[in-house]
Amino acid sequence: MGMLIFLVILILAWQGFYWVGVDLLELWKPYAVPEPAGVAKRFVELCSDGTLFEATFNSLMRGVAGYVIAVIIGIATGLLINHFKYLQKNLKPVVLGIQTLPSVCWVPFSILWFGLSTNAILFVVIMGSAFSISISVDNAIKNIQPIYAKAALTMGASRKQMYLNVIFPASLPELISGLKQGWSFAWRALMAGEVMTTSIGLGQTLIMGRDLADINQVMLVMVVIVAVGIIIDKCIFSVIEKRILKKRGLA
Amino acid sequence: MSLVIKGLNKHFENSEKATLNEIDLEIESGEFVCIVGASGCGKSTLLNLVAGLEKPTGGKILLDGEEVNGPGADRTVMFQEHGLFPWLNVIENVKFGMKLAGVPKEEQEKVAMHYLEMVHLQDYKDYPIHQISGGMRQRTALARALTMNSKVLLMDEPFSALDKQTSNRLREELQRIWMETKKTILFITHSVEEAVYLGDRVVALSPDTGRIASIITIDIPRPRHVYSPEFVELRHEIMEQVRGEAV
Repeated sequence: MGMLIFLVILILAWQGFYWVGVDLLELWKPYAVPEPAGVAKRFVELCSDGTLFEATFNSLMRGVAGYVIAVIIGIATGLLINHFKYLQKNLKPVVLGIQTLPSVCWVPFSILWFGLSTNAILFVVIMGSAFSISISVDNAIKNIQPIYAKAALTMGASRKQMYLNVIFPASLPELISGLKQGWSFAWRALMAGEVMTTSIGLGQTLIMGRDLADINQVMLVMVVIVAVGIIIDKCIFSVIEKRILKKRGLA
Repeated sequence: MSLVIKGLNKHFENSEKATLNEIDLEIESGEFVCIVGASGCGKSTLLNLVAGLEKPTGGKILLDGEEVNGPGADRTVMFQEHGLFPWLNVIENVKFGMKLAGVPKEEQEKVAMHYLEMVHLQDYKDYPIHQISGGMRQRTALARALTMNSKVLLMDEPFSALDKQTSNRLREELQRIWMETKKTILFITHSVEEAVYLGDRVVALSPDTGRIASIITIDIPRPRHVYSPEFVELRHEIMEQVRGEAV
């Protein structure tokens, strides 16, 4: 509730800033500064013709598809890196290095491989988030308290039982926060991919706003991108995270 | 004959002298043996070796004639820090080992309830671990260890992280449970009183040489009482020995 009031104040201040700077003092041209009323107007227009819904839906589907593949690849490589000393020593630094590469850097490569297609965007999403997930998987397993493994071993746990009954549940809280971070990387990478290609989506709607010199549309799409990111984080990841921590008495 | 330790050596790479030196010990089936020694004398290392969590640099450990080669369910450990799984509740923790062994569900429930009653936790069976006290956690860990029906139960200072009162209470209960179940137990402690109270034999380790300083048979009949004159006298005597070794 306090947050909501703060947001209202922020928007009012923004509107006031526009009135003073653009309407009253004419310091800036109207096309150079977005305005809450203008953004709201554009929001209604893009909603009524279905553009915004279609763009959001497409982006979300692409994001989820890329993310799911990234999770599978990330968990698999994370487990391998964790399990084999050789990979831990040699592959992990490489993965860490690749992870520092901003996802937009994958775009040219991706376009050369896949052309201006959905696959090109998916590739950027996967490359943008899979490696952060593998690093978190490896760290999550490393941070398990050794006593859990010792207790299970002296109760006769086999290697498979160890993974299923100890390593997986013990690393779960950290795993979830790694997956959450992976999602935020995926969502950012998605936008990097979408602004470079022409498939219908939020990124393309953003670029369309630029092409039309419509700064309110640009602002609107940015707000939607942030909102979707927050909603996914709060409604999915944070809920799961809290439930797990509460069950273990950690929250 | 149950557990045989023969010429056991353990020398950690980064330490100058051997932690354990030529340890020879035989533990009969149904016997309660306590290892005492000052901190750093290698008593926990000895337990880890028997558990198979560490490898010896020399010598052998035989359980019913078979050489110990890594951890296993026939040598369950009860740790100082309970080692319970926070994602499971009390009874799920107690069932854990049986679940690994593939014991049928109804049997798991029956056995778990039996031991939970033995440690007086039947009313707390559905509690999450973080909602029960330290003493109750150790009771849960004890119940879990008992369900394993191990050939030897290894206990690594299981009561020393608890407050004195809880710790005394739990050792009384362990004495009662041992009298009921006659499990073979190897019990590590730094408390001579605890060792004399619980053990059939007390093995004192010397911190300087990493050898067994003395093995004392405790023939005070059970249930023992810490204020009985014979107990006080024996405790005093062993304390002198351990202290003498430590100086």
